[in-house]
Amino acid sequence: MSTASIFVDGKRYAIEGAETKNLLEACLSLGLDLPYFCWHPAMHSVGACRQCAVKLFKDEADTRGRLAMACMTPVVEGLRASIEDSEAKAFRAGVIEWLMVNHPHDCPICDEGGECHLQDMTVMTGHVRRRYRFDKREHRSQDLGPFIAHEMNRCIQCYRCVRFYRDYAGGEDFDVQGWHDSVFFGRAEDGALESPFSGNLCEVCPTGVFTDKTQAAHPSRKWDLHTSPSVCPHCGLGCSTIPGERYGELKRVRPRYNVDVNGYFICDRGRFGQAFADSKDRLRDCLARAPSGQAPASREAALEAARAALGGAASVGIGSARASVETNFALRRLVGPERFFLAVPDEEFALYARMRRILEAAGRRAASPLEAEGADAVLVLGEDVWNSAPILALRLRQASRNSPNETAMRDKRIPAWDDAALRQAVQDRPGPFFVASPGPSPLDESAEVSYRAAPDDIARLGHAVAALVDPSFAEPEGLGEAQSALAQRIASALMRAKRPLVVSGSGLGSAATIEAAAAVLAALSATGQDARICLVFPEANSLGATMLAAGGLESASRALAAGAVAAGGRTALIVAEADLSRSAAGRSLMAEASASIVLDHCSSETTRAADIVLPSATILEGSGTFISLEGRAQRFFALRKGETPVQDAWRWLDELGADPGRDLDGIDAAIAGELGGLAAITRAAPASAFRLVGRKVARGAQRESGRTSMHANVDTRDPNPAVDPDSSLAYSMEGPREAPPPLLPRYWAPGWNSDQAINKFQMEVGKALRGGEIGARVFPTETDRGALREAAGGAGGKAAPPAFSRRPDALLILPRSRVFGSEELSARAPAIAARIPEPRLFLSMADARRLGLEDGSLAEISFPGDEGESRPRGAALSLRVELSDLPEGVATLPWGFPSLPGPALAAWASVRPDAKEGG
Amino acid sequence: MATPLFARMPSGGGAASLGDYRKAGGYLGLASARETGPVAVGEAVKKAGLRGRGGAGFPTAMKWAAVPPPDGGPRYLVVNADEKEPGTMKDRFLMEGDPHQLIEGIAIAALAIDARVAYIYLRREYGLCARELEKAIGEAASLGLLGDLQIHLHLGAGRYLCGEETGLLNAIEGKRATPRNKPPFPQVSGLWGRPTVVNNVETLCNLPHIAREGADWFKSLSSSNDGGTKVYGASGWVAKPGLWELPLGATAAEIVDRAGGMSAGRTLRAFLPGGASTDFLPAGKLDVKMDFDSVAAAGSRLGTGTMIVLDDRTCPVGMVLSLERFFARESCGWCTPCREGIPWVTRCLEALEAGEGDMSDIEILEDHAKALAPGRTFCAFAPGAMEPLASALKLFREDFVDHATGKGCRYR
Repeated sequence: MSTASIFVDGKRYAIEGAETKNLLEACLSLGLDLPYFCWHPAMHSVGACRQCAVKLFKDEADTRGRLAMACMTPVVEGLRASIEDSEAKAFRAGVIEWLMVNHPHDCPICDEGGECHLQDMTVMTGHVRRRYRFDKREHRSQDLGPFIAHEMNRCIQCYRCVRFYRDYAGGEDFDVQGWHDSVFFGRAEDGALESPFSGNLCEVCPTGVFTDKTQAAHPSRKWDLHTSPSVCPHCGLGCSTIPGERYGELKRVRPRYNVDVNGYFICDRGRFGQAFADSKDRLRDCLARAPSGQAPASREAALEAARAALGGAASVGIGSARASVETNFALRRLVGPERFFLAVPDEEFALYARMRRILEAAGRRAASPLEAEGADAVLVLGEDVWNSAPILALRLRQASRNSPNETAMRDKRIPAWDDAALRQAVQDRPGPFFVASPGPSPLDESAEVSYRAAPDDIARLGHAVAALVDPSFAEPEGLGEAQSALAQRIASALMRAKRPLVVSGSGLGSAATIEAAAAVLAALSATGQDARICLVFPEANSLGATMLAAGGLESASRALAAGAVAAGGRTALIVAEADLSRSAAGRSLMAEASASIVLDHCSSETTRAADIVLPSATILEGSGTFISLEGRAQRFFALRKGETPVQDAWRWLDELGADPGRDLDGIDAAIAGELGGLAAITRAAPASAFRLVGRKVARGAQRESGRTSMHANVDTRDPNPAVDPDSSLAYSMEGPREAPPPLLPRYWAPGWNSDQAINKFQMEVGKALRGGEIGARVFPTETDRGALREAAGGAGGKAAPPAFSRRPDALLILPRSRVFGSEELSARAPAIAARIPEPRLFLSMADARRLGLEDGSLAEISFPGDEGESRPRGAALSLRVELSDLPEGVATLPWGFPSLPGPALAAWASVRPDAKEGG
Repeated sequence: MATPLFARMPSGGGAASLGDYRKAGGYLGLASARETGPVAVGEAVKKAGLRGRGGAGFPTAMKWAAVPPPDGGPRYLVVNADEKEPGTMKDRFLMEGDPHQLIEGIAIAALAIDARVAYIYLRREYGLCARELEKAIGEAASLGLLGDLQIHLHLGAGRYLCGEETGLLNAIEGKRATPRNKPPFPQVSGLWGRPTVVNNVETLCNLPHIAREGADWFKSLSSSNDGGTKVYGASGWVAKPGLWELPLGATAAEIVDRAGGMSAGRTLRAFLPGGASTDFLPAGKLDVKMDFDSVAAAGSRLGTGTMIVLDDRTCPVGMVLSLERFFARESCGWCTPCREGIPWVTRCLEALEAGEGDMSDIEILEDHAKALAPGRTFCAFAPGAMEPLASALKLFREDFVDHATGKGCRYR
């Protein structure tokens, strides 16, 4: 990395890493205001909008100079530029005047108003008077589905939407059409945008062409919102989010820039899923069982009843992967560590526990999503990342897109920021990227090779790769020729790489694939390469809850039965934020307990069957910590105050136990003290005592309007702001605007009202935020290679499973995760619910033909024996068939759907044409 | 006077056959190029002073020299036969009249840059050219004249920007025909990211003659600093619009003479020397030598060398409007100044022509003529579109003012 001295308006600046930068990035990083549209820090330069014009001078003697676009100007030693030059300023104002030729004067009714990059840049250039006096061009806007509203007449043709949607995110149903001054960005015809990243168009678009349709019915200006730093609760990745509310209502969720995790983007599940918190399913009262059924009860009566149920009974606590560390910990403390279990079947818990051991042994080799994006060779073993952790898939896609750039940059001297030229030179050739999975996913587009196989065969491929990298690992027996050749190809690609990455997860319910991933990492970790691993957990706190629990649901049943005798048959079940009806083991546990206390925020079969229900806070009213899939403890802070009796589940549990009145810092200190493995939790965010210039950070924007009249219909006096004991954030518009990254509730800077104000909070554009990272990693940094090998199935032993063999009478049914539908909470959000596909049985062509089924025909699926019981609502399912690229003998079924919950585990089932059909 | 480019074209129309072409020494240039090898070909072309005939006049040998040494991967020669400059039909004439001349030129250029694959990007409307080229490629290939060179004929779907060399490459790749930023130049990262040279039809048609007759001979054909002849054209109110092959450096007056002077009752007022996207030169500059440097010195560009004349009975505002309408329609929509600016210009001109304009429209036209300058727009298209406008505003200011001040169009 070289440092260059450059001069901007006569002032000298030192630019580090000059060869990787263009002048626009350098100016923005220096804090200089230079307007832009088509450039985006994640997508770099294409030189289309011509907004960032500056004057360049050859040398000190050159007084005339020439105009050039800063985004297309490499930073070189001695560069002389002027932003303030009058010709440059006039040209930039002129560009705005051109953009305004067709841009409507509809800011007052535009949802983007007040946080519009086009507004900001217009003000920045000083353009005020429009001379254009002719008609504007008009487009017909499209219905793009439940997420995104489309108003093409506002378009300024910066091309960022199409570059994001197609190039960056791999979408295919959206493109630029037309030409000259009639360029259209949309779909070929009306219809829901298919990409699970479509919501990012809201921020990628510098103006109001693409806006959040879910807020269109009850919009709010950015300056009127209360916002808080939060963490997405809808998968295991832990993307940082900024939810915003007004009148106590969730208005929207925006990505919160987190360089290590989600960068600038979030997926549509994360953006639109949190509306579950305002859904009709919300529980707002305590409930207690009365002879007539469940009835509202006072908070005191409910607590009393709960204490009575627990007193003297043999109890077990069931924690949850969607509840915070604090809630799981409080329950664990209430019932005792050996009686605290996770709300998943034992087999699934065992997968999580194994993944946790691998990550712990991997140490710093547990990749952050940023590190995953930086990989220059990737092997995905089994996990359907696109559906189970979409933003991780988006980052892996960039790994595949970016790794071939290195050659182009070197051989053709193309700078790293010249996006169009790099794409042109690379020609969509993927990097060394290999996907081994039973079924297809859009991530296949990023792969050099996509290998379709059953989980055991995927595991065998992984072990074969490990054996090729490090011959002390046993090669699987009876490997086929094609599989050997593929393993050879993958192994040499991984060994050639500087930063190889292996990815797997619990999504297939297969321990073998996870072990194989550990084997590959263990083999690579001795080569001196910067090898890493990513393991995907399904839920926001799967890893954190696993670190606390003693086992799964069957273990809970055994513990309950074991204690029952001593307690005279009185048993009590206390469940924190889990719906036990989602698995057979959970349903039978529910039936076994003589009393049940359930804490949750939304009604479910479990809350409806409970004796006592205590309404808990969602992520919007509660505060706590999730441990993400890389082992990052990240704090979320309440957006709004829950209305009594709603409170954090951990507060309810503390009240039932020995620690009433404890605040968040108190419980986190207890966690850190009791559990060495979670000591980092106190470092995840500043404590509630943290103050900036003696004040708490404001949740409200400084321009919040109507604050004193919002509640005038209730009381004309301005109410006191609510008190927040758990954070150094205030329910107020008063307080500092800057804060350490874990506490930052919004991005705003003078002149920068849009989300692009983020430039002002970063050390350099596109890099880390000033003030440190978000969250703290809980795992040690050392790699324990011995432990890794053990987790991989033991050194030299027969680690690899035997090859998959088809059964004549049954198909291996694997769980298939879907972005929309497989996650419990987001499925309650109306916009998400509208996008959940009808569940289908995915079958290979060969199996369909053998079974007399075809695409769209109805199939009956029967799970024999135990596996049948693990399926909800009867042993047989009847679903339509969809043909898919699957190995013969293997079928997939969506899991976790509201209409088809089911466990995320593999099972054998017989499949035949449904007799009901055809009549 | 030697006319190597036109010499074999049958006087009654139609194309020179392969037999005629070979009888006149056809494909001997290629044979000699094969003998001397690529380096010698490049040197000869350099010495011959051949400059690109597509409009920019870049020295052909220098363009070739920027191709990096072979790395084992494919390299391409691309023929720009997407002739869309208004007033220009010279390449069509060359392809229709003597297709083998182009094929031989392609083979020599491919040899010079070590390309095994060539694409001819042909304007789709040129149906007869397509048939003649198809036939000529087939004949040359079947006689083994092309060696291992594959020539693909690609018919464009029709946009002006496809004639811009990088837009053309995008079009062949099936992408939107927006231009690419340079660097990297096509020689380094061209078609499918591989080293590529894009040459104009007329440029390539000169190669067989240079290869056969030598650089000195080629140089001697010209009456300018650069080598060769040039296909010149004249359109507008001249008596006999047409194309003529003359020494490079013939004067504009000579070309108008070839066209039989102006139509009866009309006087030449000004001319666009090289197609729609060049500056008007006034009648007083008819003695300008039509070569790259002389036309530039006179304040315009040689462009394609096919002039459009403006006479004293045609409204210059209307003529510029007609040109700008074309440019507004043909803008690719990629960069802001071009996409939004040229339609605005067009509307101001429409308003002036309709008697609905005022002096503020002239101000806006002048602003655009300055603002849509090289470096400010993404490619050279918009600056080219501004050349006739900017020069018209200077040369015919009284006409614009008359339109803007209610005096109306005196040409109607």
